Amino acid sequence: MVHMCTIVPISMTVGANRIVPTVAIPYPLGNPALEPADEKELRRKLVKKALEALATEVHGQTVFKD
Amino acid sequence: MSKRIVHYINQFFAGIGGEEKADHKPEKRDGVVGPGMGLQKELGDAAQIVGTVICGDSYFNENLESCSATVLDMIKSYNPDIVVVGPGFNAGRYGMACGTVAKLVDENLGLPVVGGLYEENPGLEIYKRYGFFVHTANNAGGMRTAVPDMAKIVKKLAAGEEVTEGYVQKGLRVNYFAKDRGSKRAVDMLLKKIGGQEFETEYPMPAFDRVLPQPAVKDITKARIALVSSGGPVPKGNPDHIESSSASKYGKYSLKDITDFTAENGETAHGGYDPVYANLDLDRVLPVDVIKEMVAAGEIGSLHDYWYSTVGNGTAVSNAKKFANAIAQDLKADNVDCVILTST
Repeated sequence: MVHMCTIVPISMTVGANRIVPTVAIPYPLGNPALEPADEKELRRKLVKKALEALATEVHGQTVFKD
Repeated sequence: MSKRIVHYINQFFAGIGGEEKADHKPEKRDGVVGPGMGLQKELGDAAQIVGTVICGDSYFNENLESCSATVLDMIKSYNPDIVVVGPGFNAGRYGMACGTVAKLVDENLGLPVVGGLYEENPGLEIYKRYGFFVHTANNAGGMRTAVPDMAKIVKKLAAGEEVTEGYVQKGLRVNYFAKDRGSKRAVDMLLKKIGGQEFETEYPMPAFDRVLPQPAVKDITKARIALVSSGGPVPKGNPDHIESSSASKYGKYSLKDITDFTAENGETAHGGYDPVYANLDLDRVLPVDVIKEMVAAGEIGSLHDYWYSTVGNGTAVSNAKKFANAIAQDLKADNVDCVILTST
C-alpha cells in the first residue's frame, strides 16, 4: 500500500510504510489554481510517484519526495 | 504580580468561521478570545491571559515553516510566562497545530505549555513531550471539563509548584535513587515471572500498531490495483449516508461507469475540510481519471472494480481498524496486488 497524503507526520504516526506527500488538505491530488490540463498533469505525476513507491523495496517507513 | 498567559486557538474557536475560513492567516488579539473567557474565569487572579494567537487549521498545517515563525513571534511579543494551546479535542489539524506550537514554545522560549487533546488525536502522540496535555473528550462538548483540568495545571505552574499529575505522561525519564541496583531488580522480576507471580515492569513497551512493509510490486504493468480513501469520496448524493465526522461505516462503490469525476457524479462526505474543490472534481481526492487512462494505456495491469471510502474525521481508531479488515478481505478475494490510499 502507498499512502498519498498532505500531513506526512500523521501518516508516520499511524504507521504507513510507503508515503507520497501530496498538494493540500482539501485537494491532495489537484490544484484548482491550475488550468485543467496542467492540474491533470500534476495528478498524473503524483500517481506515477505512488506507483514508483509501490515498486520500490522499503525496509521501514519511507517518504517518497520529489 | 499575576503570571502572563498567551493562548493559541484556531479560527473556529475564535468565532471567525468553520472550514471556509480554515485558511485564515495567523493573527493576534490582546486579551481573551473564545474559550479563553472560560479559562480566565477558572484562573481568577492566579494568571492573566494577556493575548490570544489565532490561526486557521489548514493554513497552519500547509504553511508549517513560515507559519511557525510568525506564530512564535506573536506569542513572544506578549512576553508570556506560560502558553496555553487549545483544547483541540479530536480535531486532527487543530491537534497538530496545538502540538507544533507546544514544541516551538518549549524549544525556543523554554516556557511551560498547557493543552488539551483527545487520546486518539495524532497531535497528542507526536507532541505530548512538549507540554502538559490533559485528556479531553473527543468533541467540544467536553469544554466544560477540559478548561478546569487545564486551569488546574496552569495555576500550579503559576504558583511555581511542581506538576506531577493530571496530564498525559510526556515520556521523559526522571532520575531517582532506587533502593536496589538494577541487576538485583531484574533478577527479582525474573524470579517472580518464573514463579507465576505478578510483577511490574519498569519500562512498559508502547503499544504501537506497526506492520512490516510489503515487498515491492514486481511489475506495475501486470499488477491489479485498488483505490481506497479516508477523504470521503462518494457518488453524488452520498447514498450510504457516510457521516461527515466520526464515521461508523465505509462505502464500496463501482468504478465501472466512471472514467472521470465531475460535479455531477461525485462529492465528498468529509466534514473536516473545505469540500468545494472535491465537490467540483473528485479526482482531486481519488485520481480515477488518471488511473483509468493508465490502465487503458497498459501502464497499470488492471483496476479493482470498486473504490472504498470512509471519512477520517474524528473517526475512532477501533472503527477504522474494522473497516480496514473488511476492505482488505474484499481486496484479497479479488487478487488485488497493491492499494493507493488517499487522505485529505
